[in-house]
Amino acid sequence: MTVASPNDFQDSLQPQGWLRYFSFSLDHKVIGIQYLVTGFLFYFIGGALAGVIRAELASPISDFVSRETYNEVLTLHGTVMIFLWIVPVVNGGFGNYLIPFYVGARDMAFPRLNAVAFWMIPPAGILLIGSYFITGAAQSGWTAYPPLSLTTPALGQVVWIVSVLLLGGSSIFGGINFIATVLKLRRPGLKLMQLPMYCWAMLGTSILVVLSTPVLAGTLLLLSFDIVAHTGFFNPALGGNVVVYQHLFWFYSHPAVYIMVLPAFGLVSEILPIHSRKPLFGYTTMVYSILAIVVLGLVVWAHHMFTSGTPPWMRLFFTIATSFIAVPTGIKFFNWLATLWGGKLALNSAMLFSCAFIVNFVFGGITGVALAQVPFDIHVHDTYFVVGHFHYIVYGGTVFVIFASIYHWYPKFTGRMLNEDLGRLHFLLTFVGFNLCFAPQHWLGLNGMPRRVAEYDPSFTTLNQISSVGALLMAISSLPFLYNVLVSAFKGQVAGDNPWNALTPEWLTSSPPPVENWIGAAPLVEHPYGYGVDEDALSVEAATGRDLWSGTGRR
Amino acid sequence: MPIPSSLVTLLVGMALVLSGLWVGYNVDLLPLDASANAPVYDSLFRVLFSIGTILFLGIVGLVVFSLVRFRRRPGDQTDGLAIEGNLLLEIVWTAIPAIVVLFVGIYSYDIYERMGGMSSLNDHSAMHRMPPMETMEASVSTAGPGVDPTAAPALKAPRVWGGIGTGADETNVLPVEVTAMQFAFIFHYPEGDITSGELHVPNGRPVELRMKANDVIHAFWVPQFRLKQDVIPGQPTVLTFTPTKAGSYPIICAELCGPYHGGMRSTVVVHEPEAYDAWLLKNSPVTATVASAPGTPTA
Repeated sequence: MTVASPNDFQDSLQPQGWLRYFSFSLDHKVIGIQYLVTGFLFYFIGGALAGVIRAELASPISDFVSRETYNEVLTLHGTVMIFLWIVPVVNGGFGNYLIPFYVGARDMAFPRLNAVAFWMIPPAGILLIGSYFITGAAQSGWTAYPPLSLTTPALGQVVWIVSVLLLGGSSIFGGINFIATVLKLRRPGLKLMQLPMYCWAMLGTSILVVLSTPVLAGTLLLLSFDIVAHTGFFNPALGGNVVVYQHLFWFYSHPAVYIMVLPAFGLVSEILPIHSRKPLFGYTTMVYSILAIVVLGLVVWAHHMFTSGTPPWMRLFFTIATSFIAVPTGIKFFNWLATLWGGKLALNSAMLFSCAFIVNFVFGGITGVALAQVPFDIHVHDTYFVVGHFHYIVYGGTVFVIFASIYHWYPKFTGRMLNEDLGRLHFLLTFVGFNLCFAPQHWLGLNGMPRRVAEYDPSFTTLNQISSVGALLMAISSLPFLYNVLVSAFKGQVAGDNPWNALTPEWLTSSPPPVENWIGAAPLVEHPYGYGVDEDALSVEAATGRDLWSGTGRR
Repeated sequence: MPIPSSLVTLLVGMALVLSGLWVGYNVDLLPLDASANAPVYDSLFRVLFSIGTILFLGIVGLVVFSLVRFRRRPGDQTDGLAIEGNLLLEIVWTAIPAIVVLFVGIYSYDIYERMGGMSSLNDHSAMHRMPPMETMEASVSTAGPGVDPTAAPALKAPRVWGGIGTGADETNVLPVEVTAMQFAFIFHYPEGDITSGELHVPNGRPVELRMKANDVIHAFWVPQFRLKQDVIPGQPTVLTFTPTKAGSYPIICAELCGPYHGGMRSTVVVHEPEAYDAWLLKNSPVTATVASAPGTPTA
């Protein structure tokens, strides 16, 4: 069997130096960086769209953009942020860069498929953004519920479908690749239960991707038939059923939340032990809780449809199933808290963003359990309460982890450190701006502001303006970040191979790593979290809370 | 002499629970409660708010405490304790959330039942009372593939999916037909044959909204009633509520329905019963004598 390797091309066709980032490179590290940089470009586009939304909502009347444009903007904002920013970055970006290191491989299982998966993203993104300027973008929200998606301008909606299909295809290719890499490309001698936690997170995520994304693809194909060929799958005027679309859509789009969040759980599980100088607490339960989230995540989709005319038994089942996702998720959070407890915490940007992730996600998780309760949801469904909730999950959760990960792995990517002062400034602005922006939205939703509106009751003006100020702070916060990332690549302090003194395999090579990851054989890392001292000086059983409190037994 | 850590933990825990309960029962985040199920909803909200506050404060407290207490001192290059896990702890923090979640689930089921959410499971009254006009499109939407849609209406009543609160006291229910369209709600009163752009209802009497949509999906939401139900083209839905406080409350469309979605609002006016009868009499398009006869059976 011949395995494609970056070396096949190295001397002849593949460009070297910075040009390789614009090439059809097969090197997983190059592809990882390609995902990351592309993702960040779309993040800033999506952020600008969010800025338009918050500018419109600074006043209670529709005055900033036209109503049609507003709906285009909110549709693009949702689609860009989910399909072009979070999913590609936490899966494709960090996954491609880290997973081969973690399993001790020289590349992904299918390097060409990997490159194809990445190169599907730029055309899809350009198509989506370009549709706004050329044909007019879709106006039916990222959910594209029919019959609205059948009655809004057809061309924009079809372009949206093509773009999402491309991105879904890219995601499926990536998922297959990750499953194959984690299961089949492990270095000899490396057991599954010795893998760093991010491998487990990506394995679980990829299972969700492979199981659920094809359902979305099929659904959107049927929707495009309804639009283009006037079939009646979802068109009630032709005997179709609009609620069926919602079931099919959420069968993908609820697991999509875990596709966005599970990799973040994995990344944070890598960051916390290193900067706490302690082993990851409860490795085995962390693994099983990921698998439990994967299984439960597939059977909770109808909680998005409690007001859609679902039968009562279904509402009850999905309430209970959804509530129980809190249990494995809670286990992970308690394990992270226990990882922090008694450690030597470095209060650097990576750690601050990770801890803020815990705080934000717990808040979003609590509102999530509340939303899972049918009677609660019936009041706040489709309101700003839900907007607040899911931004706490995807921004306060995943995006904070993305930033933590950038601060953590930037030395590996570039060989240079990011500036810590700018990093802390970035953290402070992001954390304050984020909470200012999204916390008031919970109250707005409870008191009568529906989501996706360009105009609202004037009594909500003040809180909406506070929210818009928060959004402005978040926009400003990206300036120190951008400056830091761009300037540090050339002028940052030289990092050395392992600035964090870490044990996971990606740090056991040079920074940045060579083409096939290691000179010589890949190291066998049996204890990726083997930090800590005095194991025998103070055993777990003998330690009391007071020992930890007073610090006896520690050097 | 240092205070034993178990005592400190106990005191912190008690303070946490008390402050959570205090916040849950004293911080009022909800609008006015103007329907029979709004107070029921509010009691669920208070319980969830209390539990959430306790959990949130506890976890934030632990994070902040750890960040301060266990921060790395300058010059300290050593590692923390090599604690890799603790089975007992894992069991505890699996069991406690599981119990809390189970309690919340059962409690909200109870709330749901008190709000009338489960009753539509076997409730045929709503189906009987549905006017025949929806029969055709409803059967088409629910017959499913393989079933001849034209045969369905003869065999079974159209399937009506109820929102919360269906199956209220049947004798006294005020039926109102709601038609949602881009970008308005139209209310039609079979009693008195009144068509209105605002919903007028008497205080204290159950109202049954029989809702259908003409174009796209809309949602009928009255925040003060804590009720929401999608209005779905091709599939009639029912929503029952009993207003308890006279006044005017906004009706809001909560499902993205097009460019003017944000402007798709109306008002529900809850009258005292006498005022409602007067409104009915005044607005009836036919002669007052014909209209008032079916319009005032409850007075």
